[in-house]
Amino acid sequence: MMENTKPSLLEVQNLVTYYYTDEGVVKAVDGVDFKVYPGEIIGLVGESGCGKSVTSLSIMGLIESPGKIVNGKINFLERNLLELGESEMQNVRGAQISMIFQQPQSSLNPVFTIGSQIEEVFQIHGKISKNEAADKAIELLKLVGIPDAVKKTHAYPHEMSGGQAQRVMIAMALALSPKLLIADEPTTALDVTIQAQILNLLADLRRKFNTSVILITHDLGVIAEMADRVAIMYAGKIIEQSDVQSLFDHPKHPYTRGLIASVPVMGEIKESLDTIPGNVPNLIDLPIGCRFSTRCNAREEYQLEICNKQEPELQRNQKSGHEVRCWLYQDGEGHTAPFKL
Amino acid sequence: MIAEVITKRNIIEVKNLVKYYPVLGGVLKRVVAHVRAVDGVSFNINQGETLGLVGESGCGKSTVAHTMIRLLKKTSGTVEFDGKDIFSIKSDELKQMRQNMQIVFQDPYASLDPRLPIGDSIAEGLKIHHLGTKQQQFEQVLAIMKKVGLEDYHAVRYPHEFSGGQRQRIGIARALVLNPKFLVLDEPVSALDVSVQAQVLNLLKQLQQEMGLTYLFVAHNLGVVEHISDRVAVMYLGKIVEITSREQLFLKPMHPYTQALMSAIPVANPKLKKERLILPGDVPSPLNPPSGCRFHPRCPIAREDCKQVEPELRDILPGHQAACHYA
Ligand SMILES: Nc1ncnc2c1ncn2[C@@H]1O[C@H](COP(=O)(O)OP(=O)(O)OP(=O)(O)O)[C@@H](O)[C@H]1O
Ligand code: SF4
Ligand SMILES: [Mg+2]
Repeated sequence: MMENTKPSLLEVQNLVTYYYTDEGVVKAVDGVDFKVYPGEIIGLVGESGCGKSVTSLSIMGLIESPGKIVNGKINFLERNLLELGESEMQNVRGAQISMIFQQPQSSLNPVFTIGSQIEEVFQIHGKISKNEAADKAIELLKLVGIPDAVKKTHAYPHEMSGGQAQRVMIAMALALSPKLLIADEPTTALDVTIQAQILNLLADLRRKFNTSVILITHDLGVIAEMADRVAIMYAGKIIEQSDVQSLFDHPKHPYTRGLIASVPVMGEIKESLDTIPGNVPNLIDLPIGCRFSTRCNAREEYQLEICNKQEPELQRNQKSGHEVRCWLYQDGEGHTAPFKL
Repeated sequence: MIAEVITKRNIIEVKNLVKYYPVLGGVLKRVVAHVRAVDGVSFNINQGETLGLVGESGCGKSTVAHTMIRLLKKTSGTVEFDGKDIFSIKSDELKQMRQNMQIVFQDPYASLDPRLPIGDSIAEGLKIHHLGTKQQQFEQVLAIMKKVGLEDYHAVRYPHEFSGGQRQRIGIARALVLNPKFLVLDEPVSALDVSVQAQVLNLLKQLQQEMGLTYLFVAHNLGVVEHISDRVAVMYLGKIVEITSREQLFLKPMHPYTQALMSAIPVANPKLKKERLILPGDVPSPLNPPSGCRFHPRCPIAREDCKQVEPELRDILPGHQAACHYA
């Protein structure tokens, strides 16, 4: 794929978000860079606790104490969101960037009807009459494929299934035609046949409205189906980033390779699965050097001395745009990379 | 083929198992309805094999798993283990049976006592069953810990000091310390980090070979089930809709629900972006399952009679059964 030269919609630069807890400083997001282009779906993949949600909450300006954004820029439509005040940020949230979560039921207010919650979105952000808002709510519910939309505006969240509640969340998120939708594990809590419905809906809506989507998931299958580009996170950093095809064809980082090889894929029977040894590191007490070095087979195979001394930089192949953070692809002091990126 | 049939010995035989949960209502808290969680399920498991049990949430797979080892009371039906009905055996035999049928749960965090060092947790079964002296118990605990990849010094540590994958190893050790013949694995890897799942799956396969274990493996992830199983049963709303060898099932799924389920799985290969067969609607409630074939409201090939006549699980091909009038 050719390098993307269009201007980006969102550019996250060196984002650092820490949590100052009693046990120590949790380096949840520790220098994250990525861009989102208009109309694309970028997948943000990684295991539990690697910082995906903290990244998205940072973009939304929703980090709460003991968390703090320590460094970085979040450029969105030519403004650095980190410099906006809370009231300006409120205008951005929902109207220009909106978000959906894993547990749709718990993000809806249990004591209000679905209709009134959607109407409220319109009324907070613009002068619009109650009747107009009600009509729009029905229109939106139809758009996201809720059967009996008129009747459903009177329903309460607990009367809906998980799949329907997620459709309602999507309706609310798209109510004000935002430029960017952040979907944080939107289908993880759903059954696969319902997941298929919701993914289909997201893909349709993206096509219809040209909304950019940051799709957060730990499921490589969802990424392969949905995303145009992918960023892989590990312990608070992006360790590989590329278009989706080359990521699956030529994964470069040992973690990405291990992850792809360790997931049983339907239709491919193996006697035993490849494994990544050990566990995800504690973000309070990270390994020195490369964060993956304590689990990395490649480091041993190529006897790389530098890995547990110094952290590798994100290297970029200028032609393909493929980025990787690993000493296998980077020269260092007294270190020659065994591979070219 | 014939030789194979003869050497395969049934260890588990489930016949027409039914489990309803009562729903209480009204001021008097009387039974007003029943959740028909498992509604007439039959299957057998051969010695040394793994039967995978798949389905979406609420389809009854965990209820089957828990009922068939008597963690739950049945509503009706029989479960034979080694030729004996486990619901009618007396206390002595029941003890023996409990030793032989063990379970590993999904959530390794919830299933361990936080105040107990894990060595003691693992030894619990031995103590309950008064097996061996203290010294012998201790040695057995260390031996099984080693088998599942834990170190001796772990025995004195507490659950919170372990990662999810390690806790699942502890859960497996607890189940295996009694040297059971049959192990129910209820979603044993779904709570684990992706990079740790493969470690546990490999361990389970290895232990099965070493110890000659028979498994019932309950999961919703078809990739995982295909990897671990010899045969697979697919459940929908309290019924088995299809059961056959893993090869047959994944090569030639016959039931329209199985087909849709497979089609719905996102495959980790962007070149295979496929035209999905997307089922309409939600899974109906087991409180009030649809008439006839329970799948008919969502089924792409349903005809008129599907609404009235419930299909039996029948042989579609040798060793391949499905419950569908038109499969
Ligand atoms: N309020 C908080 N206080 C302290 N630590 C926090 C808080 N919120 C998040 N963290 C920590 O920040 C790290 C990153 O968390 P984050 O929620 O972003 O992970 P994630 O990648 O979204 O994981 P998951 O896949 O489980 O959703 C974790 O170590 C987490 O424990
Ligand atoms: S930098 Fe070294 S330790 Fe880190 S992933 Fe690359 S080879 Fe492995
Ligand atoms: Mg998260």
